[in-house]
Parts: sequence; C-alpha cells; structure tokens
Amino acid sequence: MATDTLHHGAAAEPHEHHDASGTKLFGFWVYLMSDLVIFGSLFATYAVLMRGTAGGPTGADIFELPLILFGTFALLISSFTFGMGVLAMHANRVGQVKVWLVITFLLGLCFLGMEIYEFQHLIHEGFGPDRSGFLSAFFTLVGTHGLHVMFGMIWILVMLVQLSTKGLNDMTRPRILCLSLFWHFLDIVWICVFSFVYLMGVL
Amino acid sequence: MFGKLTLESIPYHEPIIMVVAAFMAIGGIALFGLITYYRKWGWLWNEWFTSVDHKKLGIMYFIVALVMLLRGFSDAIMMRTQLAMAAGDAAGYLPPHHYDQIFTAHGVIMIFFVAMPMVIGLMNLVVPLQIGARDVAFPFLNNLSFWLFAVSAILVNISLVVGEFAATGWLAYAPLSGIEFSPGVGVDYWIWALQISGIGTTLTGINFFVTIIKMRTKGMTMFRMPIFTWTSLCANVLIIASFPILTATIALLTLDRYLGMHFFTNDFGGNMMMYVNLIWAWGHPEVYILILPAFGVFSEVIATFARKRLFGYATMVWATISITLLSFVVWLHHFFTMGAGANVNAFFGIMTMIIAIPTGVKVFNWLFTMFRGSLELTSPVLWTLGFIITFTLGGMTGVMLAVPAANFVLHNSLFVIAHFHNVIIGGVVFGMMAGLTYWFPKAFGFTLSEKWGKRSFWCWFIGFYVAFMPLYVLAFFGAVRRMQSYPNPEWQPWMILAWVGAVIIMLGIVCTIIQFWVSIRDRKQNADVTGDPWHGRTLEWSTSSPAPFYNFARLPEVGDIDSFWSQKQRSEEQLEEAPYTDIHMPRNTVAGPVISFFALVIGFALVWHIWWLAGVGAVGVFVSFMARVFNDDIDYYVPAAEVERIEREHQQRVEAQA
Repeated sequence: MATDTLHHGAAAEPHEHHDASGTKLFGFWVYLMSDLVIFGSLFATYAVLMRGTAGGPTGADIFELPLILFGTFALLISSFTFGMGVLAMHANRVGQVKVWLVITFLLGLCFLGMEIYEFQHLIHEGFGPDRSGFLSAFFTLVGTHGLHVMFGMIWILVMLVQLSTKGLNDMTRPRILCLSLFWHFLDIVWICVFSFVYLMGVL
Repeated sequence: MFGKLTLESIPYHEPIIMVVAAFMAIGGIALFGLITYYRKWGWLWNEWFTSVDHKKLGIMYFIVALVMLLRGFSDAIMMRTQLAMAAGDAAGYLPPHHYDQIFTAHGVIMIFFVAMPMVIGLMNLVVPLQIGARDVAFPFLNNLSFWLFAVSAILVNISLVVGEFAATGWLAYAPLSGIEFSPGVGVDYWIWALQISGIGTTLTGINFFVTIIKMRTKGMTMFRMPIFTWTSLCANVLIIASFPILTATIALLTLDRYLGMHFFTNDFGGNMMMYVNLIWAWGHPEVYILILPAFGVFSEVIATFARKRLFGYATMVWATISITLLSFVVWLHHFFTMGAGANVNAFFGIMTMIIAIPTGVKVFNWLFTMFRGSLELTSPVLWTLGFIITFTLGGMTGVMLAVPAANFVLHNSLFVIAHFHNVIIGGVVFGMMAGLTYWFPKAFGFTLSEKWGKRSFWCWFIGFYVAFMPLYVLAFFGAVRRMQSYPNPEWQPWMILAWVGAVIIMLGIVCTIIQFWVSIRDRKQNADVTGDPWHGRTLEWSTSSPAPFYNFARLPEVGDIDSFWSQKQRSEEQLEEAPYTDIHMPRNTVAGPVISFFALVIGFALVWHIWWLAGVGAVGVFVSFMARVFNDDIDYYVPAAEVERIEREHQQRVEAQA
C-alpha cells in the first residue's frame, strides 16, 4: 500500500501542475536536441563544402586563431559564471543571480563582438559568404551559433527584468534553468565549431 | 515601398486562376457574411481561435485539412483532365508553366496541408484522452503550432492570386529552385509556407513527445499504452529528429536565393546533390510520420470491431520502433541514379527492403486479430480492409523500386507516382478516413452516417484502382512524371481511364460532404449518449461524448492493456464514487493567433522583398511573445462543485436521451 501511494504521488504530479518545472525542463531538453539536429545539418554541410573554395581563400588563409581563442575563452568563462548564477538561485540570493547574469551577458557580448569583427573584416577583404561554397557554409554555421548567442543574451535581459519585477518564483526559476541549459548547450556547440572549423581549418 | 509587388503581380490574364479566385472570394465573403450575420465572431474567437483545448485544436486542424483537400484535389483533377486531352499534337488547356505550378501545389498541399494536419489533428483529439491526461504538456505551444500551420496554409492560397507558386515539384530540387533558374516569387512562397508550418510541426513534435512520456495516468506503463499512442509517440520522435533538417535545408536555400550564397549552385563550389540528400534525410522520415499514426488507427479499429484484443501487441510496438529507426537509413533510395556507386546503392536498397519485414509483421497482426473475431463490417472496418489490400500492393511496388537496378529503369517514371499514391491514398487517406469516422462521435457526440460513409469508401477504393493502375502500365510504356503533354497517342486511352478514376474519387469526396450534411441533420437520432458507441477498449471511450473540457472528472487508473474493456467486463464503473476535486486547467490565450499573424506578415513581406514590412512583422512577433512571457495569469482551477454540476448535467442529458 505504501508503495502504491508513493507511485500515485509521482504519477499524479504532472496532471495537477502541467507546467510543472520538471515537464518544462524535460521539454526544453527535447527542444535542445532538435536544435542540435539543425547544427548537425550545418556541420555536415560545412564538411561537404569545405573544399569548395572556388579559387577563393581556404580556412588556413583567413582564420586568425588568437582572436578566435579570445572569444572562445570569453564564452567558456561565461558558462562558468552562469553556473555560479544558478548556484546563487538555489541559495535564493536574487541579487547575486542578477550580478552573475550581468557578467555572463558581458562575456557573451565580448564573444559576439569578436565574431562581428571577424565577419566584418572578412567581408571587407572581399571574402564574404557569396564568394564561395566554403565561405557560405562557414558564415552560416558560425553565424547560426552567433544568432543563438544573441537570442540567449536577449533572454538574459528579459530574465533580469523578470527577476527585478517578480523575483524568484515558480515561473522564473524554471526559466533560469532552461536558459542555463541553453547557454551551456551553445558552449558545447562552440567547442565543436572551434575544433572542426578553426583548428582543423588551419591544420 | 512594396518591394517586387506591383499590380502586375496579379495574374489577370489567366482566366482559370481568375475564375478560381472569384469562387474563393465569393466563398470567403459568404462565410464572413454568415459569421457576421449570426454574430459568431466573438464566439469563434473566445471559444475556438484562442482555445488551448487539444480537442478543439484537433477539430480545427481537421477543418483546415478538409478545405485544403478540396484545393489539392482540384489540382489533381485539373492535371488528369489535361493529360486526358494532351495526346499527340494536342496541347490541352493548361500551358506548361501553369501545369508545373499545379503539380507542385498538389504535392505540397496534399502532404503539408492535408495529410500532416489530419495526422496531427487526430493526435490532438485522441492522444491525451487515450493516456488519461487532462491536457497536453504545453497547451499554449499547441495553439501556436496550429496557428503557424494555419497561416502557412493562408500563404499558399495567397500565392494563387498574388504572384505565382513554385513550378519546381513539391521538394523544389536545387539548382532548379535557385534564383538563377527560378527568379520569380513562386519558390519564395514555397520556402516561407514550409518554414513557418515546419516550425509549428517541430513544436507539436516536442509537445506530444513530452505529453506521452510525462503525463500518462496512474498505472499506464509504456507497454500498456494504446497502439495509436505508441505510433504517435514514434511519429513525434521522427518529427523532432527530422523536421530540423528541413528547417536547415530550407534556410540554406533561402540564403542562396536572398544573399547570393553558394550552397546548392552549379558554380562557386556549391553542391546541388547535397540539397537532394538533405531534403530526403527529412523527406523519408516524413512519410513514416504520416503512415505510423495511420497504422495506429487501423490497430484500434480492428481490435474494437473484431471484439478481440489486438493480436501481438508487443510485436506491434517493436515493429513500430524498428520502422522508426530504419526510416533514417533509407533516404538515398529516392535518388539511386545520383551515382553514389554500387556498394552505397546496395546498402540503401537492402535497408529499404528490410523495412518490409516489420511492416509485414503488422499486416499479419491485423489479419490474426480479425481471424476468429466477430468482425463487424462498419465503415471504419471497410477503410481498414481496403487499406490492408491496397497498402500491401503498394508496399510490394515499393520493394521493386528498392532494387537499384530496377530503379534505374523506373526512376522518374509514372511508376513512382503510382507507387506513392498507392501507399499514401491506401495508407494515410484511408487511415485518416477510418480515424475520422471512428473518433467523430468522441469529438461531437453523434456518429456519422454509415450509409454515406460506406459509399464514400467504395468510391475511393474503386476510384483509386481505376486512377492509378493505368499509371503502372503507362510507366512501362515509358511515360515519365511531370509531363504536360505527350507525343504518343496510344497512351491516351490509359490517360482517359485514369481521369475516370479521378472522377470516381471525386464522387467519394462528394459522398463525404453529403455524409457530414446528413449526419449533422440527423444528429438527434445518431446521438452517442453513452460516450462509448463502438464498445471501445481504450480510455477515450470511458469519458462522455463530447468529452468535457477537462477530459476526465476523475483521473482513470489503468491495470492492463485495454484496461477500459476489462473494467467493463467486471462492470467496475459504479464503484468509483470518490469525491470530485479541483481541476487545474490552462487559460485560453490570444498569443497564438497574434504571433502567427505577424509570422504571416513576415512571410509575405519576405516573399515580395518588402523589408520594412518584414521588420514590422518581426517586432510584432517579439512584442506579442513578450506579452505572453510577462503574463502570469495563464491557468486557473475549476472548483470541485463546478465539476460536479457539469457531470450531473451530463448525467441528466444522458438519461433524457436514453
């Protein structure tokens, strides 16, 4: 009988609160997996078009590793700072959560600034995405990641507003957790971009 | 100011389009006038458009799908008429460019705007009820998915009157769909209609996957789920894993067309065969997204009307799972002629043939379920029997196409057309008609006319064979697909026969329309007072028809497969007298329709390069989404007393009608 009651409690939970944080997080995981398929398609596309330079530059000609490395570290550290923010959330310290989110935002801004500079520089040199299949695939893969980072940063701003107006509650907590999943996910994707596109590109 | 859009974009000089447009306008104005006259706008908006009730969304999916079926079928009969005429020197009545748009629109509409919404509509209507849930995991997203789909259907219909539709075939192969060979707006309509509805479909996939995994009622383990829920689960896994590929592929084509990139171009290092690979890496799972839920419908129908437990439940589930996995390793069979080499072709050929094994397992399970059952020949059963015969035949021609050597001969011929209509009409259409008839009383509280249902079935069944068997024959004479006219007059008798078949199918559609009319007229006599008109086996039949908005006043408990059936055998219902409790429900939301409206604005603006309007649309999407995000008042509790009142009223109605 005791196990039966236990089972009932576990099974009935999602019905009573169908937007319960567990269901939300699980759903967000599933979304991330589907997003991963988009990145998978873009990686595959890049692998196919990597050599399609059409007389234009190759990766080794244009990649500036020190700059990229700077952006990479900014993004990796931002994952750490977001993790600190989530720890602060678990400790119910709204002020600290906000501080960590602001730091994460600034690091994201560094990364995005690096990327915009790189893109703008390449286009200025005449190596824009319409130059060759390789450059189309490069700009699209890296740019899609960059767009995701931008959405993540907008989301951070929204959460900062919500934390200020609503504080930490059943609504904002799962959102912060989803956002942290999203942010770490982008970090993992970037590690793949850095390895497959930049490191292998200059080899 | 208006980008590429000018008054010249409206095809005044094409009388056929203008007549169709006039009919659409008259129909639209009539509908608008009627709704206004009866003052139903508020009711439509509050009770339906903004509803997050999965049952209402399911009904709306079906209504849009049936309207689009009429449009898709009009395209079909126009093509058949053209080909019945255009033999030898005759040119027929459709010029090539218009004909190309028609076969493209036919394919796109039938797959994306008829078959998909029917499958998703049925999932909406049935799955939460079958698993004993009060709603889906994310009710707002469910409403948003529907509206993203609906505005895409609108975008496709706008293309009929403003501008043109793609003339590239339904998958818009590159480089034909690139800016160099398709400079018009047709492909852009295709791009944005599919992109917007595809995002909606992905959201649906996530939503129903989470619903089935997380929200099953007490005691319903995975291997106690009804087969329709199982097949829906697998279809949603396929949606989650494959629709992002479509999203990415269309995005790359968009970049080629709008920003001059070189993914799929002939020159500058592009690779057009990559497009074909990517689109089929989505496209092949897509056909299983359509057929698996249809398999589920047939399993429910057969078990119910044979009054027997489904034969081989576990093998049915494992067969479904194997098909789900295999569907990702067969995409290359759509283009064996690419020249990938003998070993690659052999691999994909063998993988394709292996799919016939789990499918065969299913066919035998259905047959053995009927064997020594007391099968009642209702119209859902007729659709099922018609399916078993027709689909098996279509499956066999599929195995023939899977032989790479044979495929080199049959590729791009009418054999391919005959094959996939064989499985899609015989499988998906018959399945959706069976499902529609079977679950209609659950949605509306009265059954559909059996007489007209059976007439519709016989027209579809006979019409299908008359229309498509000649295509197999013509293929061996050398007839290719997508031809607007042909030089060999000896083909004409077969083409006329196929046209006759299409007319018989049209009679089937007319029968369905009469069926709705007659059934609505006689709804008092056909009322389903018990909630269980077919002596069903699964949970959806344990609640009233139509189900209350909270589905179940008390959440059911499950101890077995077909738990409701065994419960009826033991007649346990009377025992449940537990008190009613407060029920937590989501509130209706205007966010879904509003966000989707702005998505439509973005789509239309991008088709015509009206950049400022696209910006307005983007701001609209963002602001309306933020309004939703900052709204905390999204749910409420139905008090137990209110539940009791609704249930008691239902009891009284049942007693009055009985």
